[in-house]
Amino acid sequence: MKRELMLGNEAIARGLLENGCAIATSYPGTPASEILSSLMIQKKRHASSMHAQWAINEKVAFEIAYAGCMTGLRCAVSMKQVGLNVASDPLMSAAYLGTEGGFIVISADDPGPHSSQTEQDSRLMAMMAKIPVLDPDSPKQARELVETAFKLSETYKIPVMLRPTTRVCHARQDILPGSIHSDPKTPEFHKDPSRWAATPKFRFLLHKELEDKLKALASDERTLPIRLNPETDGTRAVVASGVAAGHTKEILKSLRLWDSIPFYQVIQPFPLHAGFINDLIDTYEEILVLEETTGVIEMQLADRHRVKGRLSGNVPKAGELLPEQIEEILCRYSNMPFENIAIPAVPGKRPTLCAGCPHRASFFAIKKAVPKGIYTSDIGCYTLGLNLGAVDTVLCMGAAIGQASGFYHAFKDTDKRPDIVATIGDSTFFHAGMPALVDAVVNDVRFVLVILDNRTTAMTGNQPTPTSFGISKDGAFDLPGLIRGCGIDFCRTADPYHVEDFISLIKEAVHFSREKGPAVIIARHPCLLDRLSGNARPKPIPVEITDDCDGCGYCVQQFECPALILDETEDFVQIDTMLCTQCGVCISVCPKGSIQEAE
Amino acid sequence: MTQQQIIISGVGGQGVLFVTRLLAEAAIQKGMPVVTSETHGMAQRGGTVISHLKVGDFSSVLIRPRHADGLLALKEENILQHGHYLKENGWSIVNCPDSKAMEIDKPVYGIDANRLAIENQARRSVNLILLGYALKFRGHLFCGFKDIKAVLSNRFSKREKLLNSAMKALNAGYHAA
Repeated sequence: MKRELMLGNEAIARGLLENGCAIATSYPGTPASEILSSLMIQKKRHASSMHAQWAINEKVAFEIAYAGCMTGLRCAVSMKQVGLNVASDPLMSAAYLGTEGGFIVISADDPGPHSSQTEQDSRLMAMMAKIPVLDPDSPKQARELVETAFKLSETYKIPVMLRPTTRVCHARQDILPGSIHSDPKTPEFHKDPSRWAATPKFRFLLHKELEDKLKALASDERTLPIRLNPETDGTRAVVASGVAAGHTKEILKSLRLWDSIPFYQVIQPFPLHAGFINDLIDTYEEILVLEETTGVIEMQLADRHRVKGRLSGNVPKAGELLPEQIEEILCRYSNMPFENIAIPAVPGKRPTLCAGCPHRASFFAIKKAVPKGIYTSDIGCYTLGLNLGAVDTVLCMGAAIGQASGFYHAFKDTDKRPDIVATIGDSTFFHAGMPALVDAVVNDVRFVLVILDNRTTAMTGNQPTPTSFGISKDGAFDLPGLIRGCGIDFCRTADPYHVEDFISLIKEAVHFSREKGPAVIIARHPCLLDRLSGNARPKPIPVEITDDCDGCGYCVQQFECPALILDETEDFVQIDTMLCTQCGVCISVCPKGSIQEAE
Repeated sequence: MTQQQIIISGVGGQGVLFVTRLLAEAAIQKGMPVVTSETHGMAQRGGTVISHLKVGDFSSVLIRPRHADGLLALKEENILQHGHYLKENGWSIVNCPDSKAMEIDKPVYGIDANRLAIENQARRSVNLILLGYALKFRGHLFCGFKDIKAVLSNRFSKREKLLNSAMKALNAGYHAA
């Protein structure tokens, strides 16, 4: 075997393959997405018989993998931290029922947050569910802990959480891979309704068993905290886990504190080892805890007077623990001078929808058709409709529809009832939008739903959705049939690239929604980044700016295409030919007709 | 053992990740431990992206301010935003039309990679042109021109067309004045 450069998520996938995982499921979400996508690639390369699939949402993904482990197979489900909220229902229950084959719940946290709604700490979710959680510091350790997690799960018949963070998932490291496990196990299901379908009376017994498991886990030698500098003596210790432990190790050395501060790395933040807790409290006058993003280890250390961390206010309560912050905290902790480095407050470049993105055309049309509407929206690339002023709300997966209902009910008896236009991507609609749509139909909510159907999960790297190219057996999934089946009479599919027609269609839908009930438009145009969509591209329409352009900036502000650039003198607009995809949509945008098809 | 910490920055779509990866693979070929940290997700849609590359014995995946040996900036503005990572006398290689105009008290080498990309009909290769240019300054990067060429040949061994255009861009940067 040769050392390979592996992304943290690839290293986790490799760990799953090496340890005989038989079923792996996921729903995409940054920073977890590449776990399953690289697993699919590696599985193919090694001709593994593993079942690996994208599920419609995290809850379904969890249930598929969990049932697999009930038959004695090793299984795993992966997701981002807010995805675990969606899967929390089966998680809490599965903790009670326990497992047969090893079962790993991989929940990737995003301290920062870099690409999430919250900085929530999945380790707290593990605590609430009463399952153990492992906290890797690097891609290398993440791969190693996959094996540990399977073994712990099988010893105690309990789901085990592996909690990498963005800096593990999206780090690359040189890793020496192990050999692939290629001996598939035979599934067996032993019927035991008192366990697998336990009633509340039995749940109580299962809860007691769960507590016994946790007690045993809190002294298991395989996950004991590691004393990294056993030669060092001192009265004040540092305890760290995950990426913060990696930073701390390097900084203690560079500050020359390695030989004066005893340093421990926690591998299993919950349940924290009972002997370790006693040892720390008996030995040290002060204990500093460095962890992301909540004080999970800190709150399990008994003596509050001597423990410093997130809860005590010695470590910032929000945000990623960057190495420069850890340096400052360690300096203060050991009474060393620390020079603050002024970091320039330079606003970076904000993200934007790609040039030629069909969502931009949809948003422009919505604003044109319903300028005074309330625009509820959702999680995906199209959140960037914010830049166009076409997104008023973003709460969580699927909320565009639920919130549209809420706004309708709030305003329905007032004189000026605003028109409501909800936007949601196809993947998000399938994930959590469908129940909300049924609810809206039943409660006669007057709104327009625009499903931005680019036939892929674009933001996270183009994972498939039910409407993706070549996914379902009989061609694309029948989305209009599903909508009509919900009892919606107005359901039309159109290509937003034809902006004028699309504006008229939205106006028609709004009119319908005021009089009759919910109206749905499926804005169908493939994502430009989706390689699967291959031949579905329309004919390119090269454009040019005519000499009449007076630099009014309307197109730049209202359409916000990165390929349209207002000249510095603000006299005219230019087309960035490096970026322009020749979608031709902007021809309909300029009110003065100064953008034309090039000859 | 040599150690090196490098920041690579630009905007989503410019190929910051690709350059980071080539350098990391070069480190592996030279038998050096390597760790990188990347920007994924929403910022990749045209927002600011930054990679940390650490070659040698490190346990943290991030570079602290004032600890980077060098900075590769695919956008001129990124010097302002990420220049504070550079240690005293840390060098920068920047994609800009005129590096003399930059207000920075450290060594800066500029190349108009956008113009070269257009001239070479390789619009998407600004990243490789800048990398080629960086390799020209011997003793700055932990690896050399030959190392990166070997990584590219290995990577695109079955895709001749891609290999040729990548090599062309790398050469254009390396031989630029």
